[in-house]
Amino acid sequence: MTAGIDLGQPQAQSVRSDEDVVRVRQLVRAVAVASKLSLVDQTKVVTAASELARNTLVYGGGGSVEVTVVENGRRKGVQIVFADSGPGIADLDLAMTDGYTSGGGLGLGLSGSRRLVDEFQIETSVETGTRITVTKWSR
Amino acid sequence: MERVPILKIGDILLVSIQLDMSDQTAVQLQEDLAERIVATGCHGVIIDITALDIVDSFVGRMLSTIASISKVLDAETVVVGMRPAVAITLVELGLSLNGIRTALNVERGMELIAAAHADELDYQLDDDPDAETATP
Amino acid sequence: MALSTEESGRFAALLSGQDERVTTRWTEIVTSSLRGRLSQAELRRQVQDLHRAIVSTGEQGIIELSADSAAELRAALSELSRGRARQGFSATETTVSIFALKDVLAELVQESGGPNALQDYVAFSKLVDEMGLFTFESFVRTRESLIADQAEQLLELSTPVVKLWEGVVAVPLVGTLDSARAQVVMERLLQTLVDTSSPYAIIDITGVPAVDTQVAQHILKTVVAARLMGADCIISGIRPQIAQTIVALGIEFGDIATKASLADALRHVLRLNGVETARRQPRRDA
Repeated sequence: MTAGIDLGQPQAQSVRSDEDVVRVRQLVRAVAVASKLSLVDQTKVVTAASELARNTLVYGGGGSVEVTVVENGRRKGVQIVFADSGPGIADLDLAMTDGYTSGGGLGLGLSGSRRLVDEFQIETSVETGTRITVTKWSR
Repeated sequence: MERVPILKIGDILLVSIQLDMSDQTAVQLQEDLAERIVATGCHGVIIDITALDIVDSFVGRMLSTIASISKVLDAETVVVGMRPAVAITLVELGLSLNGIRTALNVERGMELIAAAHADELDYQLDDDPDAETATP
Repeated sequence: MALSTEESGRFAALLSGQDERVTTRWTEIVTSSLRGRLSQAELRRQVQDLHRAIVSTGEQGIIELSADSAAELRAALSELSRGRARQGFSATETTVSIFALKDVLAELVQESGGPNALQDYVAFSKLVDEMGLFTFESFVRTRESLIADQAEQLLELSTPVVKLWEGVVAVPLVGTLDSARAQVVMERLLQTLVDTSSPYAIIDITGVPAVDTQVAQHILKTVVAARLMGADCIISGIRPQIAQTIVALGIEFGDIATKASLADALRHVLRLNGVETARRQPRRDA
């Protein structure tokens, strides 16, 4: 399913079900390979994407993921945007704490995936939902 | 939905996860395995994750739960074949897989289960017999 | 900031009209600034190349450094800065070779006089400034890629993972561990565990001069990752100062086995494995 994708364009994937989370992982992996990320960095960014896509599904009530190859001078990278129009995150500081969970998870989704990527931005509000942008650069 | 096959080899149940599991498949595996442990009366479970290119917190939690469930059902669980990149990522993610025994490959995993089982049959207070276990 | 067609024409004419004199004078100024580290002949050739590139660009009309027509000029400038960067010249020494053209131009313009002398000189000198900046930029780029190459070579050099015994591998760390190197070491060690199916790894830090929190963290992460994979790590060769730093920094090594020397670590592993070593009385374990 990842064959023949045009990596010059942002790749979009909606997140409505479990299977979509798997699709997000496969998409991110394909883009990470194309951006020449090392094996460990590929694994890190795919894991982060898996955590965040699951958050989008479970806490955001579904949403969309967009994966783009970005370039910064000599380095390439993968940028992923997770957007949902769910209830937003009431206490961001608390949500970013290791071990905190409002659902039934391990509470590592947000805090853990932040450690796995190089850049991590989060915008959240009750009206518009949550939008998380992460970037992983090749070394 | 796809299902992960469970093989019985002697006194051991072998689960080799070969696909990128959806969360539902993972939960299904957890249930299937509990049933098979009871049905077969096996004392060891080996979960081979050589083919998994990532383990996220959901799969990590599933592995922990399987280990706990099998312990209650008097079976030892060993997770084998974790790739280096996966291990490094789990450390960074902050997932410690507490309570799970690990081994490098299926063969070492079987040794571990055999040793644990032998200990139970012939218990003795000697030097730490669990030297090969991975969890503190 | 291009020169107009007229200015370009005058510029090219000025330089080509007395080309012998321009290159000689230019070479003189550059030679004195480099204090004999490059031969006069070599410098003369470089200056002539530049001179030729400038004149031929000027003859085509407008001189605009970023335009397609100036490709030859840009190539000549980057060629010069690449060469200097590789030979170890400083950025100043490299760009001065371009700025020297200003001195030559000042002399020429002064002699020729003319109604537009001042205006021309200002315009010419702006172009030279641009050329200088371009040279500086490509000098920096060359240096950066040199540094990146060297860093990569260093990583390749670092740390072999050696097999000590059946099921026991060791990695003798030598030198300072930065984040990138620690990562390479960690990955290589873990991969070797898989490849050789070794349940024990010894990390020997005898050759590590100092341990800070970050280095300690990297070692700890390696140990935890190895455990996740089903292997055990032993750290050996902790020197007294390092032991003090570890305690002073409050780094928890937890239940990780530490041994004074590589030999002790190996003995420890072999004993765990049930292999008898000479120090101990032979006995049979169940």
